[in-house]
Amino acid sequence: MEASTDRSTAEPLEFCDVTKRYPGSSTAAVDELSLEVPAGDICVLVGPSGCGKTTAMRMVNRMVDITSGDIKLGGRSVKDRKTAELRREIGYVIQHVGLFPHRTIAENIGTVPGLLGWDKRRINERVEELLELIGLPPDTGKRYPTQLSGGQRQRVGVARALAADPPVMLMDEPFGAIDPINRERLQNEFLRLQAQVRKTIVFVTHDIDEAIKMGDRIAILQEGGKLAQYAPPAELLTYPASRFVEDFVGSDRALKRLALQRVRDIDLWKAAAIRTGAPVAEARASIEEADVPYAMLVDERGRPQGWLSDRALAGERVTEELRSPAHPIVELDDVLRDALADLLSSETRYGAVVDHDGALAGVLSLEVIQQFLHAAPTDSPTGADLLRE
Amino acid sequence: MIGVPLAQGGLKIQEPGGSDACAAANDFCPSWIAENIDRYWTPLLEHVYLTVVPVTIGFAISLALAIIAHRRRWLTGPIITVTGIFFAIPSVAAFFLLQPLTGLGYNTAMVALVSYTLLIIFRSITLGLRNVPVDTRDAALGQGLTSRQVLWSVELPMAFPEIIAGLRIATSTTVGLAALAVFAGAGGLGTEILLDKRFKSNVATAGGLAILLAAALDLLLLAVQRLGTPWQRARA
Amino acid sequence: MSVALAVLGDFGEAIEFIFKERESVSGGVQIGGIPELSAFGATHMKVSIIAIVIAAVAAIPLALWLGHIGRGDFLATATSNVGRAVPSLALLAFFISFIGLGETNVIVVLALLAVPPLITTTYVGVRQVDRDAVDAARGQGLTGMEIVRKVELPLALPSIFGGLRTAAVIVVATATIAPLANVRTLGEPIITPQTYGFVGQLGAAIVVAVITLAVDFLFARLQRAVTPAGLKLAEPAARRRFSFPTKRSLKAT
Repeated sequence: MEASTDRSTAEPLEFCDVTKRYPGSSTAAVDELSLEVPAGDICVLVGPSGCGKTTAMRMVNRMVDITSGDIKLGGRSVKDRKTAELRREIGYVIQHVGLFPHRTIAENIGTVPGLLGWDKRRINERVEELLELIGLPPDTGKRYPTQLSGGQRQRVGVARALAADPPVMLMDEPFGAIDPINRERLQNEFLRLQAQVRKTIVFVTHDIDEAIKMGDRIAILQEGGKLAQYAPPAELLTYPASRFVEDFVGSDRALKRLALQRVRDIDLWKAAAIRTGAPVAEARASIEEADVPYAMLVDERGRPQGWLSDRALAGERVTEELRSPAHPIVELDDVLRDALADLLSSETRYGAVVDHDGALAGVLSLEVIQQFLHAAPTDSPTGADLLRE
Repeated sequence: MIGVPLAQGGLKIQEPGGSDACAAANDFCPSWIAENIDRYWTPLLEHVYLTVVPVTIGFAISLALAIIAHRRRWLTGPIITVTGIFFAIPSVAAFFLLQPLTGLGYNTAMVALVSYTLLIIFRSITLGLRNVPVDTRDAALGQGLTSRQVLWSVELPMAFPEIIAGLRIATSTTVGLAALAVFAGAGGLGTEILLDKRFKSNVATAGGLAILLAAALDLLLLAVQRLGTPWQRARA
Repeated sequence: MSVALAVLGDFGEAIEFIFKERESVSGGVQIGGIPELSAFGATHMKVSIIAIVIAAVAAIPLALWLGHIGRGDFLATATSNVGRAVPSLALLAFFISFIGLGETNVIVVLALLAVPPLITTTYVGVRQVDRDAVDAARGQGLTGMEIVRKVELPLALPSIFGGLRTAAVIVVATATIAPLANVRTLGEPIITPQTYGFVGQLGAAIVVAVITLAVDFLFARLQRAVTPAGLKLAEPAARRRFSFPTKRSLKAT
């Protein structure tokens, strides 16, 4: 890890009653938007077309003029200095990247450092550093944009925005033009990158799933540029503030919440784990204490083999009579939504949950999940958390 | 017999050329050409001068106009109209219309030839600038380049192919028109053609040299384009 | 100030030349005035019109068909490149030396000069017709010829008329030097200063310029007239408010 990326140069960003009105238009494009983004957080602006999310973002670096209100970067108004100077301090990533085709990748990445007057050596070092950070081979610097794939260009766009180590970054649907498979990869990579560099980011998207995955806080805007709700993803999903937010988030918001959790995060049911040849009396006692009326046969390492039938407990010692196999088997690290999918596609009520060693750690069922969903959220997980082991 | 106006005044009149049998029979005579090639040298040089200088001046003017019209789009139409008028006036007519003002000789030819290049070059530069994708411009401004920096380090370099294309058209056209500069008293290969328009070898040589000149300049510009756009040569 | 007066003086005399007869420089002959210039003008327009018609009849159908089948790229580029590089004067002199003097010669030369822009603009015009429209027409069962006639030709008309405009200007302008082949067009005073003097040359130049501009303007209007309303309202990139010369920019004189 390079020391230079440790620098926490991020600054907080604040929208203060920001309004944008275009001449000749009766409705505002952005209507008195007020929100605060803490330093190092990703704030996602999301909403239907025409809701003003891109306009709001572009007011931060004054690509769009502010009609009234103010935007403060680290406490200082963005109107405070010359636009070109302001923009050199803000990272800017747009959907189609906009790399200069007549410049090499290295020259593209080094654009802002060049404008800021860095010397050649420093720029070259920085370009090398960034290429490594975004996972591209060092000789990419000599190539031209037309020689790269869409996904590679997108990554270069991010590197370019980070080049001068700006305190704030603006990203306008950066992954919108990428195919779904690579988009997921890029999103994950970006979240890992953000975990290292921790920039304050304003991220615009029209895709609520992307918003939930990427955001530390989400601002949902509705038509007319009004803020409908500003909250962390879990809160948004659990307590939508209005009909509009409910509709926009989607009727499957419960499932979306599950996409943010891992199996380990929730309270699982206990099941009796019995080995072959164990005394039946002991076995029955275990079953009494458990949450589940059936016992799971496990091997000497605790790994589930199958659910025991009544005949297995008929004699003195437990025999290997199974009523059903141990499927589905779910891991503690699985995303809860995927685990639910497994559960739904099998015919059993209970899914066996195993730990890293494969040993039985608990039982998952539809009811367990329902209980979790109905309880008040105790934490605020984000998509970024999900990427951490 | 016709009189060909000279730059220094007066007329130059010449008998039909060629003294050997081939020339007398007015066939196509390579030997005559080889013998008499020297007399085409000065006109050829004049022709080069009459092409390269007007195109260069025309380029400078067109570039200035295109940059102004880039900021104020509404100027594009009027500029096209005015340069279009220059373009439509036949060069021969222009060579005479200008004489009261600029006299007989290079100046007249220059003014007329420059004015013909304007429409072509202006259009190509404007087209090249307009073909720059909106996203590229947006990204450039968003990173903090000033409008001027965007124009000179992004838009104009990206417009380079279209600009060269326009220069190539203007150059070929000017070579053709410069042949008529003889009517402005400015010399060029047209002089040789007029002096002996019935003599096949003469016409073929003078005309051929003009075409070769056009081809050479065209290739030169093409080479400039190739050299100036390394990113188009690079393939994935 | 005196320069301005001198200029005005020259132009004044030239205008006089156009309208009033006078004695020639070399003496003995009456020159100038409307009758003589009209005669020249008539010849000028006659050779021009015939040449344009011939060139159009030869080039446009060919280019339409090539554009329809999509096989003329090389031809279109080659003709425009060659057409641009050949000086009109050289071409005329070439034909004078190889064929001789006379109207036929001149008409052939003018037609040859008119062909490259017509081929190029017609070809490009057809190629730029929306492929979807052609596909739909084919799907509806129109034959090749019908598609050309009913779909491609109408949509390519603006381009074709653009080419006609260029060709007309080239032809009318080049007809000025036709007197070199003994065809007495409006260039006659220009070629024979011994008789007409500088005033005659200037007068003729004015007339030629005015006529050529008029022709340019006329064809510009025609081009606008044949542009379908739909295309006129299209976004600026498609609209031919000023069409960009890729290959169509030829000027011979």
